[in-house]
Amino acid sequence: MSASVAHLLPRRSAFSLAMRWVLGLGAFAYFVYLLWLFDFDRIFTGLPKLWVIVRLMIDWSRFAEWDHAELIRSMVETVAMAFLGTFLAVIIALPLSFLGARNIVPSGLFRFLTRRIFDGCRGLDQFIWALVFVRAVGLGPIAGILAIMVAETGVLAKLFAEAIENIDTKQVDGIRSTGASRIAELRYGVVPQILPVLISQALYSIESNSREATILGLVGAGGIGLRLSERIQINAWDQVAYVIVLILITVAVIDSISRWLRLRLIGGPSQRS
Amino acid sequence: MTSADPAWQLFEQRFGALRRARRTETILIFVILGLLFAVSAVWTGFSPNRVLEGMPRIGEYFEKLFSIQPSQSAPPVAVLAWSHLFGGVKEPQSIAYWFYRFNVYATLLWQTIQMAILATVLGYCAAFALSFSAARTLTANRGVVFVTRRMLELMRTIPQVVLAFILVWPFGIGPLAGILAIAIHTTGSLGKLFSELNENADLRPVEGIRAAGGSWLAQMRYGVVPQLLPGFLSYGLLRFEINVRSSTIIGFVGAGGIGQELKRVIGFNIYEEVSAICILILLIVVAIDLLSERVRHRLIGALV
Repeated sequence: MSASVAHLLPRRSAFSLAMRWVLGLGAFAYFVYLLWLFDFDRIFTGLPKLWVIVRLMIDWSRFAEWDHAELIRSMVETVAMAFLGTFLAVIIALPLSFLGARNIVPSGLFRFLTRRIFDGCRGLDQFIWALVFVRAVGLGPIAGILAIMVAETGVLAKLFAEAIENIDTKQVDGIRSTGASRIAELRYGVVPQILPVLISQALYSIESNSREATILGLVGAGGIGLRLSERIQINAWDQVAYVIVLILITVAVIDSISRWLRLRLIGGPSQRS
Repeated sequence: MTSADPAWQLFEQRFGALRRARRTETILIFVILGLLFAVSAVWTGFSPNRVLEGMPRIGEYFEKLFSIQPSQSAPPVAVLAWSHLFGGVKEPQSIAYWFYRFNVYATLLWQTIQMAILATVLGYCAAFALSFSAARTLTANRGVVFVTRRMLELMRTIPQVVLAFILVWPFGIGPLAGILAIAIHTTGSLGKLFSELNENADLRPVEGIRAAGGSWLAQMRYGVVPQLLPGFLSYGLLRFEINVRSSTIIGFVGAGGIGQELKRVIGFNIYEEVSAICILILLIVVAIDLLSERVRHRLIGALV
């Protein structure tokens, strides 16, 4: 069959075929270089050890001896950190986002500076911010809350500013035509249009931050991460698995609460998932 | 139309009731938010006082970050002094002094980016392979769909850093553990996105190939993949941006890259090196974001 239709297919020149081979071989060589660079042969020596760890992880025979109260307290602390950090970030990001939106602030230089501040907050990972704040305010959840707040402010302010730039100006014009003040224009013209974006982003941020907050404890910024790193360091693999299961359950519960809330508050399926 | 008009009165009545209901709802939401805020603040010991107490120390930290103590007893001087910025390595306020270990950082940054590339490629391939059996419309067997989906969910929900921390034990300290951790996470999240793309694919080409007697593999290869290629590629690039960011921090648990060096200098309080590395990370992350955004737009433009 293929012989009879071969003449109908577009012909590829010998040059483009050769280029394909060169590119393909180049990519392959680069891939092999990467595998060599990172000693991928260690996988084969590591896998048996990984198997031992997995076997230890699923052995929950000493379940009753674990410190459940402490673990659950830290888990709740993690969620509280994520909530507080995101809440504060929304409060800070909302006014900032107006300053970063083209249709609210016409001054190019000012807007440029505001945007770069957002980028700076966003560019460094939450984890690095946590390290900075642990130095500043000491070990504990406050450092984690501040880290989440700063990193999330950058993300939310950028997204809110984009939402503000995408609004329909007719509604604002209508309110201006009634002789309303500038503040009333923002309140009744702009805010109702960005509210759905705001709510769904805030909920999404709480979700993703409660995932992120679980690792902040590894640098001493409070939450379940500290307990987890203690248990990894003493090789208590059964408890490590238990903590991971706790994290999975918590994240699943928060996800479903926020999905329910999003449907309830905005209606319709979410934009981002 | 006057206020005595019964229709008008009815309108007023209903409008008032609607407004009151909405107002109550809004107040209720704010009360609930306030309560949650209070509970969280008490639970974590968060109070404005403690934050304000820390504020001077945050300022001090940034002051130290951007200044250098020439010797033990001398007061710190600001790094960013125009007159000294381009001096030699011996001059404490010059760029050369600040980045005197630049060759080390450059190697580590190179390693970090290569880690992100390899992890993205590995995760991408695995996600691509798994995404077809995770799509309800393409795989008839419900059991297979269920198992694949739960597997992907597990892969993306375990935090990468935790995964890297665990993998450091069997695979040893170094980038390999980090790459595997990022690759596993990438598989989980890309697999979900890809399977959603697959579910939205037009099924007519698939049916055509099935009618011609094509196997399941051929249906996927010639029916689904060609129409979704731009989506696959652009999600892959987006993930690469995220992975560059992750690979800068994964070193904190000993899994390679610039993070390992950053952790070391933070531990030893070598402030000028901390700021030098942070600036380099920021530059690299922003540069890769911009580059990949351009490539993404071009790819989508070329393939659609």
